[in-house]
Formats: sequence, structure tokens, C-alpha cells
Amino acid sequence: MATHAGTHDDHDAKPGFAQRWLFATNHKDIGTMYLVFSLIMFFIGGSMAMIIRAELFKPGLQLVQPYFFNEMTTMHALVMIFGAVMPAFVGLANWMVPLMVGAPDMALPRMNNWSFWILPFAFVLLLSTLFMPGGAPAAGWVMYPPLVLQGGDSIAFMIFAIHLMGISSIMGAINIIATILNLRAPGMDLLKMPLFVWTWLITAFLLIAVMPVLAGAVTMLLTDKFFGTSFFNAAGGGDPLLYQHIFWFFGHPEVYIMILPAFGIISEIIPTFSRKPLFGYKPMVYATASIAFLSFTVWAHHMFTVGLPLGSLLFFMYATMLISVPTGVKVFNWVTTMWKGSLTFETPMLFAVAFVILFTIGGFSGVMLALVPADFQYHNTYFVVAHFHYVLVSGAVFAIMAGTYYWIPKWTGHMYSERWGKIHFWNSVIAVNVLFFPQHFLGLAGMPRRIPDYNVAFADWNMVSSIGGFWFGLSQLIFVGNIIYTVYFARQKASARVWEGARGLEWTVPSPAPHHTFEVPPVIMPGMLAHDDVSH
Amino acid sequence: MSWTARIGAALALAAGSAAATGATAAVGHPVPWQLNMTEGASPLSHQVYDLHMYAFWVCVGIGVVVFGAMIVAMMRFRKSRGAVAETWTHNVKLEVIWTVVPVLILIALALPATRILINESNTGDAGLTIKVTGFQWKWRYDYVDYQGRPVSRVGFISKLAFNSDEARQLDSGINPRSLKSKTGYDDYLLNVNHPLVVPTHTKIRFVITADDVIHGWWVPALGWQADAVPGLIHDMWGEIDTPGTYRGQCAQLCGQDHAYMPIVIKAVPPAAFQGWLAAQESRARLDTVARTVQVTSVPAPAPQG
Repeated sequence: MATHAGTHDDHDAKPGFAQRWLFATNHKDIGTMYLVFSLIMFFIGGSMAMIIRAELFKPGLQLVQPYFFNEMTTMHALVMIFGAVMPAFVGLANWMVPLMVGAPDMALPRMNNWSFWILPFAFVLLLSTLFMPGGAPAAGWVMYPPLVLQGGDSIAFMIFAIHLMGISSIMGAINIIATILNLRAPGMDLLKMPLFVWTWLITAFLLIAVMPVLAGAVTMLLTDKFFGTSFFNAAGGGDPLLYQHIFWFFGHPEVYIMILPAFGIISEIIPTFSRKPLFGYKPMVYATASIAFLSFTVWAHHMFTVGLPLGSLLFFMYATMLISVPTGVKVFNWVTTMWKGSLTFETPMLFAVAFVILFTIGGFSGVMLALVPADFQYHNTYFVVAHFHYVLVSGAVFAIMAGTYYWIPKWTGHMYSERWGKIHFWNSVIAVNVLFFPQHFLGLAGMPRRIPDYNVAFADWNMVSSIGGFWFGLSQLIFVGNIIYTVYFARQKASARVWEGARGLEWTVPSPAPHHTFEVPPVIMPGMLAHDDVSH
Repeated sequence: MSWTARIGAALALAAGSAAATGATAAVGHPVPWQLNMTEGASPLSHQVYDLHMYAFWVCVGIGVVVFGAMIVAMMRFRKSRGAVAETWTHNVKLEVIWTVVPVLILIALALPATRILINESNTGDAGLTIKVTGFQWKWRYDYVDYQGRPVSRVGFISKLAFNSDEARQLDSGINPRSLKSKTGYDDYLLNVNHPLVVPTHTKIRFVITADDVIHGWWVPALGWQADAVPGLIHDMWGEIDTPGTYRGQCAQLCGQDHAYMPIVIKAVPPAAFQGWLAAQESRARLDTVARTVQVTSVPAPAPQG
């Protein structure tokens, strides 16, 4: 394979497979690996979701034992959050941030390699628990003690997997911050950067702030389980709620880690297909920063029902409600960007428009959940499941898909199939609503989450939801098909600009983007950037 | 089934379908195709329901404005209709308006929420105190005091009824729809061996804790759920205004049989409750006597050599 071992400095030489991918230091190659990895995890996590929806198709247990069902809900969440959504955003950042700021590569290419290659090992550790005696962890992805400590030795594997994912995320975040702060082309001022770069810069700070907190929480679980400590054991003088405070101090910013880059993608796509500059660029940046800041002050809304004192409940209720103000600013700005534009609806734009609508619906249920007395009825029900799947699937995942369709011509030099892109979109957008909207009803009617079986009154909406689930799952095969088609079979060449309304440095390099770009910093001309005349 | 019971079941069903279509009668259990939260049977649950509907309509209002604007934009400003893009990028007046107006809306939401929450946290002056303890996977109820008088040794374990437990097993071959309560209600997974008996029109203080892992005690008709955390006491209150049966479930994942520890409350008029409580207390007394007799009648062990 590696026959050109001595020629790796020669950019025209074709490196061997291991050399190109295993020892990759190129941001585009690493970005591609992140994206492929994330797609594989999306399907592994998706298959677990299919098992969950199949068991919930009708009342009575038909397929799996309750314990295995709990393994599925736990692993589905861990795989989707840490394996699918986060690596997809890191992959997009790897590909696009250097292109957008005019950098030759990421600032720390070798660390970049390590950030990625840790992940497959982390997930081998995590997924191997499915085959262990005693089974995979089954206490929910939140891993609350004392329940999680009842699990077998597999929880040690889960904890080390989470440590590895955390290390990977922290290194990725350091790399992104270093790249953005140090490698911008002359003239690319901070307040001229594309929104995707801004949202990722802020997300990276969130990651560095909270991943160590998660690592601390799970390490305490580890010592409680195996080394006789009592951090979370009431009988030993500990406090089970201490864990929840630490976990959600990580967990709530984590929610924004998974949505801020999505905001960035949508803020790139909507102006392009509206052929009109983003409305309120600076307020968008400030709103992102405010959301990130506020995200550290709302963690206890995940714990409204644990028995917090009245004063804490009120504080966390008000803080949580406050987050909807900057989030609302974003939504209003996207809508106003479309207003008096010149709109076309290619697949990326369709996903972006669906994102704005469905994410906003998830935001509405979020405001309702923030009201503590109402939350006492919504908490731990399918209403919550519906809420976070609206913001994560029709939010974050739709944004990732929108970004993929938007940038894949730049990555591959070929246009994806617009016809199949639209078929994928319409199937996804209808199925996702058939899947998740009825879950609001189930939750309001009183169905708790994380149960494998239920009273017959919940049967009808569960069946509808499951049908939507299978439909949504199958629709994603179209997505994969379209990607494979674009990479290997598509004939239609993409131009450098790709989209008529696209502006920014990434659209000044040819399509496909050459292996090395901006080896010499670009000279930024008037009108080249999307936000170069920001006077507000 | 007698004809009166049949009519009763039909009425219950009608009430159920009324709830399903939006009007929420005080049904103590979920009904098929139910769309909305129950109004419940407690002053708190009514307030929570009103808050929920208020928040819902506020969201609908915002949704109409935002989505309406999007739809108009998508219809009117299409390139295919010859729309030419404007170049403006900001409008300070608009930006101030849509920052300030949401704050005002939030204040309008926060005020009633705060009022209800303060009411909810006031667990004083209760007529009855019940201690609820979560176990894997059952509940224990202990009556602590009633009308200011300590209750002597009334407590019991409440767990999933036997017929549900049998039907819930993987491949049991029992159709969950074949399980019916005495009133003809489909009570699969929502029935227990010993319901919690409480008086109506009495403020009840629940002190909730757990023995092993964290559980969640949730009866929607009371309007709240409360986590049962080992080592901690969580207190809430409820007051049921209509006699009847109110069902709920464990809300917090607590292991493999989390789905199989339902809660059933039977609310009876105070006079009936007093009678029931007195009977329980005297039975407990008899038990004690019997046990004392038993213990004292055990022959002394032979001296060890």
C-alpha cells in the first residue's frame, strides 16, 4: 500500500490508504472521516431507535425484555449525542472553518488526527458492552446513581468511553479555537466571520468548559462503584442529587453544543437561498453568546421534580425562560432575512426552512416546560421526549443534513441529485412529524418515558408514532444513497460558487476544494465576504 | 355485569372520549386518543391545567405570527415569481421590539407560574400525612397522622396487580386489552393489589422518599410528580375534590421494572375514610397482640452447654 513513503512532502503524489487516512493531518480528510463516522453512528443509533419503536408499536411485550429495552434507550442516546450529532458538527467544522476564514489547515493538525482517531476506540468500548454478560448500561444516558451503580462491570467501559469522547471533544474544541483566533486571513476580522465560524467558536468554549465536568461526574461514579467511595450514596453520607447537579451543569450547555453550530449552518443557508444578506448579523452573534452564557445558569430545570427549594425553582424557571429571548431573536432574524429576498428552494433551503419551523415548535414546548408547575406534569413524560427530539432531530440533525446538501458540491465537485434530495426532504419532514408530534399527546395523557410497555389507552398514538419512526428511518437510506451517488457517480460538475447567492471565502476556491487551500492567505476583495460591510 | 354497571361504563367511556376531544372531565386515568393534559381532581391540578392551556395559547399566538410571516415570505418573495432581493441588513427599531416584546410575554407567563408554585410549595395545615416510599418495584404507603392525631401502624405495600403482572411477561399470550377492572375499565399496567385510600376534601401532605434508587411518584390528577430520592424527604400536597379512582405511574427510570409500579389512589368521602382507617388501626392492633402472644409463647431456648 504505502509505496510512496518517501514522497509525502510531494502534494501531487497519491499517498497510500493508511498514510492518507490513518495518519491524516489534512483538515478535509479528517472532516470527511468525522462525517462518515457520524453517519455510521447515526445508523447504529437509529437501529436502536427502531427496536424501541417496534417494541412500543402495541401494548404488551412482544420483542425484548424490559432490561434490554433500557439498554436500548441508554445506548441510543449516548450513540446519537456523542457519536452522531457532535462528530457531525466537528466534521463540518473541520471541513468548513479553515475554508471560511482563509486558513491553510487547522492550527494543530496532528492533534486533529488524534481527536478523530480516539472516537472509534471510544465507541468500540461503548458498543462492546452490548455483548457483555449482564448487558450494556441501562440506567439512561444521564446515568443517575444509585440506579447506574446497580449495573454490571459494563459501566466501567461506558465511563472510559465517555472519558475518551470528552478528550476527543476537548482537543477538537482547542483546535477550532486556535484556528479561528490565529489563522484568519488578513482582513477577516472577528466581526466579519461567517456565523457558522462564530457559533463554532462559542461552542468550542462551551465544550472546554463542560466536558471536564462530565468527566468528573463519571469518575466519581467509577470510584463509588469500584473503590468504595460514597459521593452519591446517601447511606455513606453522600447525596444522589449532587450527581444530578454536576451532570446537568455539563448537560445543559451540552444541549447548546448540539444546537449552536446548527444555528450557524442555518444562518449560512438562508441568506444564500434568499439572495439577501443575513438580517442583523451582530445581534445574531450577540444572541449566540448570550445563549451560551445563559446555558450555564439553567441546569436545574432538568431537576425541577427532585424537591428543590422554592427559591431555586423560581430562579431556574426565570433563567430558563430568559433563554427564549435570544433564541427568539435568531428565529425572527432568519424570517426577516427571507422577507423581501429572492427565494429558491433547493434541498438545503428546504431543510433550513423546516429547521426554523420545527425547531421553533421545539422551542415552544421548551417554554412550556420551563414553567415549573406545568413541568411537574410534563417532566419525565413523552412530552419531554417530543420536545427534545424536535430540537435535536428536526433541529440539529436537519441542520446537519441541510449543511451536507449545501456543502457537498464543494467537497466532491459534483451536484447531488436535487430530485432525490427533495424526495428525501419531504419523506423526512412528514415522517418526523408523524413520529414525534403524537408523543406530545402521549406525554400530556400521562405516559412516562423510558417504559417498554404501557396501558392500552396509549396504544393508538404509539402505533402512529412507530409508523412515523419506521418511515423516518427508511427515508434516511435515500440520504445515504444520494451521498454515494454524489461522491462516486454524479456527472454534473459544481462551479466554484455552486449557489448563485453564496458569498464567502469558501466559495472562492474551486469545487472540489483542492487538497490544500489558502497556502498563501487570500487577498480579500470588497464584496467577497458575506458580512464585510457590517456597520451595525 | 349488571345493567347499571353497563350504563356506568358507557358514561365513563363517553366522559373519556369527551376528554379526548379537548374538554377534560375529571377522569382519573388516560383515555384512548387523548390529546391533552387532564384537568385533574385537585385545586392544584386545575391551576396547572389552566397555566398549561394559557402557555399553549400564547405559543399558538406567537406561532401564528412567526410562521405566518414565513409562509407569506415563501409565497411572495420567490425568485420564480420575479422577486428581486433587497439589500438591507438591519433595522434597530424592529430588533428592539422583538427583544422587548418577548420579555413582556415571558413576564406575563412567569407571574401566574410563580403564584401557583408558591401555592404548591405550601404543605402546611394538612389534614392527613402519608409517607410514600419507593422500592424496586413497588410503593409503600404509611399513614402518619390524620386530623392532628398520629395514626398507629397503618401502612402497606402497593404493587402491580397479579393479572397485569402475568399479562406483561414477554410472550405471555395474554391480550392486554382483555384485562378489565370491575367497572369495565381497561386497567392493564395501571392496577395494583392495594390502592392508596384517601379522604376527599382533605388537604393531604405527602412525604416522599425511596429506599433503593430514585423513583418518581406521579398521579396526573393531583397535578404534580415528585421524585422519591433515597436519603431525602420530598413533600408535596394534594386535595381531591371528587370521590373516584385516580391512576398514575412511576415517572423516574428505576430499573428493569420501572414500567410496572403503578400508583392507584382511591378517594372516598371523609366519613368512609375514617371508618376504613379505624378498621386498619384495629387490625394492626390485633396483629400486634397476636404477634406478642406468639413471641411470648416461644419456649425459652435450652441452656447451652
